[in-house]
Amino acid sequence: MPSITFVHPDGRAQRIDARVGESAMQAATRHDVGGILAECGGNAMCATCHVYVDEGWLARLPAMGDDEDALLDGAAAERRANSRLSCQIKLAADLDGLVLNLPDRQL
Amino acid sequence: MSATSRIDSATPERSAPAGVPQLDVDPFSTEFFEDPHRIHDVLREAGPVVWLEKWSVYGVARHAEVHAVLNDPLTFCSSRGVGLSDFAKEKPWRPQSIILEADPPAHTRTRAVLAQVLSPTAMKQVREHFTALAAAKVDELLVRGSFDAVADLAEAYPLSVFPDAMGLKQEGRENLLPYASLVFNAFGPPNQLRQEAIERSAPHQAYVAAQCQRENLAPGGFGACIHARADAGDITAEEAPLLVRSLLSAGLDTTVNGIGAAMYCLARFPDQLARLRSDPTLARNAFEEAIRFESPVQTFFRTTTREVELAGHRIGEGEKVLMFLGAANRDPRRWENPDRYDVARRTSGHVGFGSGIHMCVGQLLARLEGEVMLAAIARKVASIEISGPVKRRYNNTLRGLESLPITISPA
Ligand code: HEM
Ligand code: FES
Repeated sequence: MPSITFVHPDGRAQRIDARVGESAMQAATRHDVGGILAECGGNAMCATCHVYVDEGWLARLPAMGDDEDALLDGAAAERRANSRLSCQIKLAADLDGLVLNLPDRQL
Repeated sequence: MSATSRIDSATPERSAPAGVPQLDVDPFSTEFFEDPHRIHDVLREAGPVVWLEKWSVYGVARHAEVHAVLNDPLTFCSSRGVGLSDFAKEKPWRPQSIILEADPPAHTRTRAVLAQVLSPTAMKQVREHFTALAAAKVDELLVRGSFDAVADLAEAYPLSVFPDAMGLKQEGRENLLPYASLVFNAFGPPNQLRQEAIERSAPHQAYVAAQCQRENLAPGGFGACIHARADAGDITAEEAPLLVRSLLSAGLDTTVNGIGAAMYCLARFPDQLARLRSDPTLARNAFEEAIRFESPVQTFFRTTTREVELAGHRIGEGEKVLMFLGAANRDPRRWENPDRYDVARRTSGHVGFGSGIHMCVGQLLARLEGEVMLAAIARKVASIEISGPVKRRYNNTLRGLESLPITISPA
């Protein structure tokens, strides 16, 4: 069971247990992580599950699709080189320890 | 051929497949429209898959199965129509939609175009204008005090923003709501609602067909943006008007019923209005929760492309499966206190906008309209009281009210 950590804008770290095969967004909503809205329920259509991936992890994540790439341009908070949509990050055992930073807003 | 064609199956001859609970409810009847919740419960509790005798179709009403069907578009296809009519056996009443009634890979291409036209970036551009008009509408209604929340708010507000955002001309706009009502009635069975809507459809169809043409769409609007994508080679010049038609079909009456649902909720549950007033940032979620709670789009069909097993039941090829979005959105297996309207609920995962590849491509626009309207109400309105008889509007797919007389007081 991979465990992942969401870091809130105020620096508070929230560590949660995730299931292999679910997305980081699904794990976050199951544990009620406040900074993930996920209005579209994980269909890559809303950009309200935006995260900044912590240094070192970016290259280990599944590649970004075209729709995710396009959608990130419209995210409410600034898009950065390490921006991803957490609903598109499928969790595997080797992502144990993943750290995702939450933007200051999703809308 | 006509004597044996599929339309005859509308008059039931087939009996329930072995092991599938058979129910004699008609989800397209007045009785159902007046009180769907009790029958939704019957449908959900009968089993994960049911057989609806009246129309010879399978039905799914639990969240898990509705979600599963929505997310397996290769098995449960849309290209044979998302209404009762099977396009493999019956000619569609209008040229088939190239997005709603299409499967991958054709769907992938047209979907990408509309997703870009209605993207988060596009929403940022209209947000300020939509916000100002919502505030002005609420100010105007506060002066009146008593009014019909359907005609004067739920219809009037989307009508004040959506046709302009599309780039439509002023004249003829009175056709938009009747056309949409026709489209959503036409997904239903050949009952009186559908037949009468189609019989009266000619002028509305002619209006919409003309407005989809490039020369009738103002520059900068969503319609013109779609045509520009034909120049870029993403779609053909023949496809562009059909995609404009999709927005004219699905972009207005849906938000009318969505905003109407939210108003009906706030009028019935004053504690939730109070909660919203104490924290207007809940406006967007209060709208989303109204979509879950009322499910303005109640149902869609799929058609099986092969024999498939669903929740232990074997369904043959070419069968229609009716998805009860409204029942899934109140399935106690998925939701805590499903029959409670709760503006602070975590609504993610409801299927009021569908799910999977066909999930509403206009959801951001719908949320924008709903959010800014409810935010204006949260800031400006102290109370909402129902002050006359509430009348329901009957449609084979859309759930909403004909009339909701209310009296509001200023904050
Ligand atoms: C509260 C308002 C709305 C609700 C409840 C709603 C609901 C839905 C649902 C349930 C679907 C899925 C259909 C399926 O799976 O077969 C859908 C698809 C669609 N909606 Fe919406 N909708 C709303 C507003 C809008 C708006 C504002 C637009 C356009 C501006 C729009 C355009 C569309 C289109 C074009 C599709 C087809 C997408 C596809 O097949 O890929 N809708 N909508
Ligand atoms: S949940 Fe909507 S884009 Fe990720």
